Amino acid sequence: MFAYIVRRLFLMLVTLFGISVIIFVLLRIVPGNIVDILFAAAGYVDPADKAHLEQELGLDQPIVVQYLHWIGGLLHGDLGYSYVSEKPALDEILPRIPITARLAGLALTFSASIGIPLGVISAVNQGTRLDYFLRVVSLSGLSLPSFWLGLLILMASVALFGTMPIFNPNPKTWSEALAIYCVPAMAVGFRSAALTMRITRSSMLEILRQDYIRTARAKGASEATVNFRHALKNAILPVITVIGIEAAFLIGGLIVTETVFNIPGVARYLVEALRWRDYPIVQNLVMMIAVVVVTANFTVDMLYAVLDPRIRYSD
Amino acid sequence: MAAIDYDSELKRAGANATHGWRRLAYLAQRHVLGAIGLFIMITFVWVAASADIIGRYDPLSVDAAHALAPPSTAHWMGTDSFGRDVWSRIIHGARISLAVGIGSTALGASIGVMIGLVSGYLSGWVDLVFQRVTDILQALPLLVLALVMTAALGPSLPNVILAIAIPLIPTVSRVIRANTLALREQPFVEAAKSIGMSETRIALRHVLPNTLAPLIVLATAQLGSTILTEASLSFLGLGIPEPHPSWGRMLSESAAEYVRTAPWLVIFPGLAISLAVFGTNLFGDALRDILDPRQRG
Repeated sequence: MFAYIVRRLFLMLVTLFGISVIIFVLLRIVPGNIVDILFAAAGYVDPADKAHLEQELGLDQPIVVQYLHWIGGLLHGDLGYSYVSEKPALDEILPRIPITARLAGLALTFSASIGIPLGVISAVNQGTRLDYFLRVVSLSGLSLPSFWLGLLILMASVALFGTMPIFNPNPKTWSEALAIYCVPAMAVGFRSAALTMRITRSSMLEILRQDYIRTARAKGASEATVNFRHALKNAILPVITVIGIEAAFLIGGLIVTETVFNIPGVARYLVEALRWRDYPIVQNLVMMIAVVVVTANFTVDMLYAVLDPRIRYSD
Repeated sequence: MAAIDYDSELKRAGANATHGWRRLAYLAQRHVLGAIGLFIMITFVWVAASADIIGRYDPLSVDAAHALAPPSTAHWMGTDSFGRDVWSRIIHGARISLAVGIGSTALGASIGVMIGLVSGYLSGWVDLVFQRVTDILQALPLLVLALVMTAALGPSLPNVILAIAIPLIPTVSRVIRANTLALREQPFVEAAKSIGMSETRIALRHVLPNTLAPLIVLATAQLGSTILTEASLSFLGLGIPEPHPSWGRMLSESAAEYVRTAPWLVIFPGLAISLAVFGTNLFGDALRDILDPRQRG
């Protein structure tokens, strides 16, 4: 087990190193750097000014040196400076994290609390109209773009209340906080709820076919006991994997939803930074996302061993 | 004891539906949702192909006099802020969604197949290197990688196709690699080897065709997500550039303003995206049930 963990941690580092190289190179294959763009916008080019600015930003150095400079700084907690605001990147990124984390947490809670029960209901009633209906609903959940869902929610709120929820970092009332976070979280979580439901359903169906379920029924256990204590407990493992991986991949939904609801979180910031070609921000944010994904994968695998004593990693 | 009606039992099990239209009709009957999905997909392809005929206006022609007109008999789905006909833009947008959907899925799948086949067949250090590259590509969500790539390559149709295709490679190559590893141990591969067939020929003629079923299932499942990703990229302003009528672009940020004043600009493009993705998802599910019963959920 210990050897397995060490090996996994090593592979995680290899993956993160690979991502850092890919992102760094990708952002620099674009013709024209930030200085060109700034000067193009200004409308005139003074070569001396340009060279000075390039030197100041370290863009005159070979790409390998630039890369080492970035990684060296990253290891010291120095993320460089934002080209746009000229503030330290860390000061720009850190305050935006809690907003996105809150949204992601709420979205996951929403998806688990809706997706798991509906998946169980669908599996227990396999082949019935209810099952058909729930399956179509879950499939449509995977088909709706979350930004469109967000826009529809805004539209409904205009029709019902005559106003739209506008983001406010310090909500005064309880209902305001609810509208600010829960509504966008539902728009993000709808897709994960659909995914969770589908996995719960298929996992439950597999378990419900097992002999020990028949034994439990033969012993006279009630339907609820069979479904929840015997079946769901064993069917939950794949569901946890999906939720764990969704936790990291939720960022895709968060990017568009934060844009729709105008929420100043870290996901929308990535898009803004890409548009402004604020590469110090982009590369650090992408690295952050990669760390979250890799850690989530690792945590899910470890959780497996904890939840299912039969699983022991010996490799 | 009731007599067994063998004829009707055989018919129910589809014994007389072995090929051709009969087989298709039988499958459609058994997989109603899949048939609906296929119907939606065919409709979209038809709309995209005949957009010039059924479109009543030029999707790019600006008509300031009729800007933001609500749906009417002249403009079935209303007009946008430039007075462009939304219906015409949506049916022309089907072309872009299809081009990106099919283009990036095909590109990603073919590269994925090559990598998976080589990786599974050669094993050793080649496999190790490909596996690590796959790990790296899979550590970033599809939209994030596609966003960074379009930002780096610049917004255009071929670049969007490429940016969405590359994140698809690892999913495909993983499945093909696992299948290749299993197939390599099969007796028919051993037989091919024993009659002196070259490795390349075995890989292409014997192993590859046997990985087709899971590949088709996977590609159909990915089709929906590529359409969604294109819509998201264009919505964020980093996908298909103006003035091309991309569904996501039509919903781009300014749409939040029109939520109050011109809801038709929000409703119809979103409906088009959802319906197209819903169709491919329905069809993909049925296809998985038919071709790959082990994965049935």
